[in-house]
Amino acid sequence: MSQRIPVRELADSFRGRASEALADDQLRTNFRVAMDSLMKKRADAFPDEDEREGLREQGNHIKARALSRLPDLLEQLEEKLTDNGVKVHWAETTEEANRIVHAIIEARQGSQVVKGKSMVSEEMEMNDYLAERGIECLESDMGEYIVQLDGEKPSHIIMPAIHKNRRQVSKLFHDKLGVDETDDVNELIQVGRRTLRTKFMEADVGVSGVNFAIAETGTLLLVENEGNGRMSTTAPPMHIAVTGIEKVVENLRDVVPLLSLLTRSALGQPITTYVNMISGPRKADELDGPEEVHLVLLDNGRTGAFADAQMRQTLNCIRCGACMNHCPVYTRVGGHTYGEVYPGPIGKIVTPHMVGLEKVPDHPSASSLCGACGEVCPVKIPIPELLQRLRQENVKSPAEQPKVKGGGAKYSRRERAIWRFWVALNTSPVFYRLFLWGATRFGRLAPKKAGPWTDNHAAPVPARKSLHDLARTHLEKGEGQP
Amino acid sequence: MTELFYDAAPNATRVAPERSGARDYPPKPAEITLFGTCVVDLFYPEAGLDAIRLLEREGIRVHFPQAQSCCGQPAWTSGYVNEAREVARAQLNLLDNGLPVVVPSGSCAGMFRQHYREVFADEPDTLQRVEDLAGRTFELTEFLLHVCKVQWQDLGAPTQIALHTSCSARREMNTHLHARALLGTLANVERLEHDHESECCGFGGTFSVRMPEVSGAMVLDKTRSLVESGAVEMVTADGGCLLNINGSLEKQQQPFRGRHLASFLWERVSGEVTP
Repeated sequence: MSQRIPVRELADSFRGRASEALADDQLRTNFRVAMDSLMKKRADAFPDEDEREGLREQGNHIKARALSRLPDLLEQLEEKLTDNGVKVHWAETTEEANRIVHAIIEARQGSQVVKGKSMVSEEMEMNDYLAERGIECLESDMGEYIVQLDGEKPSHIIMPAIHKNRRQVSKLFHDKLGVDETDDVNELIQVGRRTLRTKFMEADVGVSGVNFAIAETGTLLLVENEGNGRMSTTAPPMHIAVTGIEKVVENLRDVVPLLSLLTRSALGQPITTYVNMISGPRKADELDGPEEVHLVLLDNGRTGAFADAQMRQTLNCIRCGACMNHCPVYTRVGGHTYGEVYPGPIGKIVTPHMVGLEKVPDHPSASSLCGACGEVCPVKIPIPELLQRLRQENVKSPAEQPKVKGGGAKYSRRERAIWRFWVALNTSPVFYRLFLWGATRFGRLAPKKAGPWTDNHAAPVPARKSLHDLARTHLEKGEGQP
Repeated sequence: MTELFYDAAPNATRVAPERSGARDYPPKPAEITLFGTCVVDLFYPEAGLDAIRLLEREGIRVHFPQAQSCCGQPAWTSGYVNEAREVARAQLNLLDNGLPVVVPSGSCAGMFRQHYREVFADEPDTLQRVEDLAGRTFELTEFLLHVCKVQWQDLGAPTQIALHTSCSARREMNTHLHARALLGTLANVERLEHDHESECCGFGGTFSVRMPEVSGAMVLDKTRSLVESGAVEMVTADGGCLLNINGSLEKQQQPFRGRHLASFLWERVSGEVTP
């Protein structure tokens, strides 16, 4: 991967990257302001709590039903899409998906690709793969365009450039495109728009993601607000859609509540500006549209999640980003800190199946389990519960046979021994009382620095008498007893 | 590629359980067990005693089994299931006498109410006892409000306070509603909202030592908004949050402090000022 797009060098651990992010006041302000605004938008989009909860429950059930029939639905989807003239490809790994996409483009002797926004293509690192083979891939979503221009990765799954404010974008455009600096967002958008407009017309291939793949009708549904998705999927002579296998739903009726949940949870919109429903290439009597349409269905660890009853719930995800918008950790450290394609709470639970827990061993711990994510998830993924499960998998010994890919990454005999001591303490009343006795008498002699806790806190001072002692004395006296 | 699916666990698709936090409340019992929690035991024992006093004031006989220790939450949230189960079993055995259990901490009550059934998921025989315990466990403010239906006369001077509720407890058991309602019955207490009130204080048990940088940033923001709220003090019904928030305030050498809601409530209704 010698020609990879240069990415800003970041520390190699979550904690290291978090420290860097926390020290960046501009970054923190950008995230705080943006996330506060997104939380408000979502709240405003669901004024009726009962309606919201009913819809979330419906969304949860629709996804559960689809997942319970996943293999069948995927086969039905392939059949219907094939009937509609869409060529369907299956990829078990991102490498395989890239090879497929490359072969399709090669067959058409394509050299210029214009892309709509697609997180699966980020998962594949498709831009790098194609660039190494002489094919230029241009991002056409404004946020994606900005991060691509700056050699960065998206920091949010819906708003890839949310870590930058308008002045930073203006400076970037000035440096890279030679345009005058401006504070006017509309003017900045016009700059991007002018550059992209010609690219849409010149491109050989348009690549997009998929929000919902509808099995009954063989329809690919794609939502967006900028029109670049429609341009990417209709202007070039060939359209390649890439998506994860969990995006399939049974029928169009199922899409209605899911779509409402998606747009309201993501940006607080009743509906996106564009809702594209793609059901095949241009027909003989049609004036526009691509001549060829392909769909690449990517596994990349999803079947591993599927095989586990609890972790299967990660496949409910409709990629709205509400969990990160509401996450107190994400809000402070931003998306790049996670070091992976999918940041935030959802990233922490979907990434282990893709790359293995050993590559992201700190992700499950990077949460206070406050539950804000699970509370807003439109399809009711129990994110805190799944984080706790990953923590279990993380500390399993090899003999305990971790069930999640790369599990056991945090197994430590030393830490296990500490917890064994904790068990002994808390299951033996004599030992526990002895501990209380010692702590209440000598606890205040403890050092003023005690590990990471005293980085942020004054050293905790145990009381002079424990509740065990106070309660016994009080209850023996029997003064307050009725 | 669909052959990849066929080794999948059969019938493994889950739907989300209902977790509204709503429940039916029994009439006021004659006696209860107080589960003090390990944090209150060691750091805020006066709050535990004040909880006992508040309950006794309502005519309830309080038991405090001396063999109690910790609910098992630290090991559970750290992923040490077996270790959590052993400690949980000790409490389960201890509390297996049918008496209502009152807990002066939302997250520990939530452990009994919600998470013991996950801790003992593989033990069908134990699950029945777990459900029994869950059904008779109450967080202190919830118990005072809905079971004791307290009618208090506020004997304290007019004051303004901020309320912080533990995140997991709020989401699992609506503790914010209970605490607000209780404070609302006190004529001389005004509750002031603070910025990002529902946001986590950054404690999260072992999170605060595994991710001290992020946790530290969270508690700094929380303490700042508490201080800026204009309140005289903060009250909370969760010892973990209190340890985190007060520890940070002390480190910053801020005079502002939080205290356990039980102590605050006892002071208001008894007229006694805790030293």
